[in-house]
Amino acid sequence: MIIIIDYQAGNLTSVVRSLKALGVEGTVTQDPAMVAQASRVIFPGVGAAGKAMATLKQLGLDQALRLSFGRGIPILGICLGAQIILEHSEENDAACLGLLPGRTRALPRVEPLKIPHMGWNRVRFLRSHPVFKGLPEGAEYYFVHSYYPAPAETTMILGVTDHGIEFPSAIGRRNLVATQFHPEKSGRFGLQILKNFLAWDGSHAK
Amino acid sequence: MLSKRIIPCLDVRDGRTTKGIKFKNNVDIGDPVAMARHYYEAGADELVFYDITASSDRRNIMIDVVRRVAGEILIPFSVGGGIRNLNDMRDVLLAGAEKVSVNSAAIQDPGLITAGAQAFGSQCIVLGMDVKRVAPSSTIPSGYEMVIHGGRTPMGIDALWWAKEAVRLGAGEICLNSIDADGTQAGYELTLTRMISAAVPIPVIASGGAGAPEHLRQVLAEGRADAALIASMVHYGTYTIKGIKDYLAQRDIPVRLVW
Repeated sequence: MIIIIDYQAGNLTSVVRSLKALGVEGTVTQDPAMVAQASRVIFPGVGAAGKAMATLKQLGLDQALRLSFGRGIPILGICLGAQIILEHSEENDAACLGLLPGRTRALPRVEPLKIPHMGWNRVRFLRSHPVFKGLPEGAEYYFVHSYYPAPAETTMILGVTDHGIEFPSAIGRRNLVATQFHPEKSGRFGLQILKNFLAWDGSHAK
Repeated sequence: MLSKRIIPCLDVRDGRTTKGIKFKNNVDIGDPVAMARHYYEAGADELVFYDITASSDRRNIMIDVVRRVAGEILIPFSVGGGIRNLNDMRDVLLAGAEKVSVNSAAIQDPGLITAGAQAFGSQCIVLGMDVKRVAPSSTIPSGYEMVIHGGRTPMGIDALWWAKEAVRLGAGEICLNSIDADGTQAGYELTLTRMISAAVPIPVIASGGAGAPEHLRQVLAEGRADAALIASMVHYGTYTIKGIKDYLAQRDIPVRLVW
């Protein structure tokens, strides 16, 4: 069962639709018991870290996510879901899930560039990973965010993107991989990432 | 580096797309769902739907269009026109749009921007601005005034002030339409676009006046726009999105060339 975690942080229909385009049914749930039975978890979300963490705790999903990570099932974080897996976010000065060591930081505004970082940008992949296989040079992905994940160890940075500064846009460790961009809104290359994720066994990236 | 976005705009009336010239004499040019699919495959970076349906059943008609479009494309799209309250926003977002655009309703009730940003996130809330050039005065020091009703009703509000105010209220993006340039195909309003874009930290989409690829280059470079809205140029097959992007790329404007 592929579980899409709903913690009232934005609209999940585009994630469901893109799975459907791959011929796969995703189950959207707020129920930790369902998450416990998942074979695969997608953790999307947009919005503010503070409110998101409060809702996750209230629903008991914080613990469900920690257990899922511990069970070794493949987990994909998207956007806010790539930020609150770290220990802390500068947004609302929020304590976060701590699945990975590191902090979420505010993107500095480097004029004339705008914040939020909104639109299509490239990702320079630093390490090979099964989830990012088969993507052509020059492919771009859709971003919309004002904060970015900064893992504590460089080995967790799988790809970087330039918007005034170079920031980690794909991160991961063990059975967890996460993108700051939205694969579900990034055309066929985004779809390729989701397809790769669905085929990934969660084993350590090489 | 972030690419400049090329965004086809589809005016939708009674579930069909039209393109108006100066908001008059709209001509029916097709099925919005088929056009969305076409532009998605042709390399559009995003789409904008503007609902100009007048009938009482407008909401259901448009929600159905949004739902069907969302099933066809894997790029973001926004919906504007007749968004008057949080329920309108919720309906459109749940039907599959990424963003909603508020225009006259936000002028009449600025709290709508804040309420929308709090409920759905700033990134969902686009402020649509219809702007007309006027003689600078103490009320309109920038020389650009907010108008509604397709330009017929001046609001006595300075466009530059309103853009900054909307950022403060929580807007995540501005779609800036020049009533003077709209439908002329003679080029975007560069002075207006540069003034607004330089004054706000959020992205600005330039709208109104596109007739040739050079117009896009001008507004994305000199006008400092983050994205450019196009309609007639591509609706009638005069240009393709790929052709426009190739033109821009050759002139050092960063655009998405692989899709």
